[in-house]
Amino acid sequence: MNPQSAYLVIVVFLVAATAFSVAPLVLAWVWAKTYSPRKPGPDKNAVYECGLESKGDAWVQFRSEYYLYGIIFLIFDVETIFLLPFAVAFTHLPLGAFIAMIVFLLLLAEGLVWAWRKGVLKWS
Amino acid sequence: MNEGLRSELSKQGIFTTTLGDLYNWGRKNSVWPLQFGLACCAIEMIATTMARYDLARFGAEVFRPSPRQADLMIVAGTVTKKMAPQVVRLYNQMPEPKYVIAMGACAISGGPFKQGYNVLKGIDRFIPVDVHIPGCPPRPEALIHAFMTLQKKIDEQKLTGRDRPRHLDPDAPSEFPVPKFGEHDLIPSNNPAVWHAPKLVREG
Repeated sequence: MNPQSAYLVIVVFLVAATAFSVAPLVLAWVWAKTYSPRKPGPDKNAVYECGLESKGDAWVQFRSEYYLYGIIFLIFDVETIFLLPFAVAFTHLPLGAFIAMIVFLLLLAEGLVWAWRKGVLKWS
Repeated sequence: MNEGLRSELSKQGIFTTTLGDLYNWGRKNSVWPLQFGLACCAIEMIATTMARYDLARFGAEVFRPSPRQADLMIVAGTVTKKMAPQVVRLYNQMPEPKYVIAMGACAISGGPFKQGYNVLKGIDRFIPVDVHIPGCPPRPEALIHAFMTLQKKIDEQKLTGRDRPRHLDPDAPSEFPVPKFGEHDLIPSNNPAVWHAPKLVREG
């Protein structure tokens, strides 16, 4: 068997695979054209499908302040995870670790003060 | 092809069919119901799908959560006037061909709550019902019987001709008017295209 005919198998396979996947679609299309008429309507074309009519628009915009607020909340939410082992091991901690932790807390607190003074926490 | 030739061929081990028969055979054995229960009849409907009664034997165990994928609406329970527009809208959102089984006394007539001010006296006032099942609630066997009746109905539907079913007729409607909430009743209170008030015949 020469190399060309070895690749022929792949071509045959590709053609068969395409026919296998396209044939049902074509059959369905032919069937719909021949027998089954399309019947669209306002209810059938509606987006929401739970029996109720949809009200308003799904494209709601959130205020950008919400994201800043959310990020600040997330930072302090994660901080509590670090605070818990810190509190458990507090009495055995060397001075260096204690100072490192206090610096970490103060950095976050400073960030909060900065955001507060920027007026991020106030929604107008 | 006449019946004699067909039976002669089948004796020789040659199976013959028509396109319509093949179509109906496939349809009747894969009727997917809409997952949708309104009241206590739904419990019996659930029991029908479970192992003891096993609706899967009829190819109908796949309860679809979306009307877009469903073939059959089993109206299982009391239809209140508050719920009726939603039921009709769900029916409208189902693709053709679609069928309806009205399950239980409430769905076919209002049942024990018929005198209630807020109970619809039968879902067949708004949408065409294929099989009615009486009972309060009907036993799972009754639902299975309704199912087999529906399968027989699907099997007998013609593919072409004047008496072909609605979904093959381009002029027949696919959507039915959704009633609105009125001051005292639904407006309209029924769909005259699918339902007529029964005429009382008094003798003597």
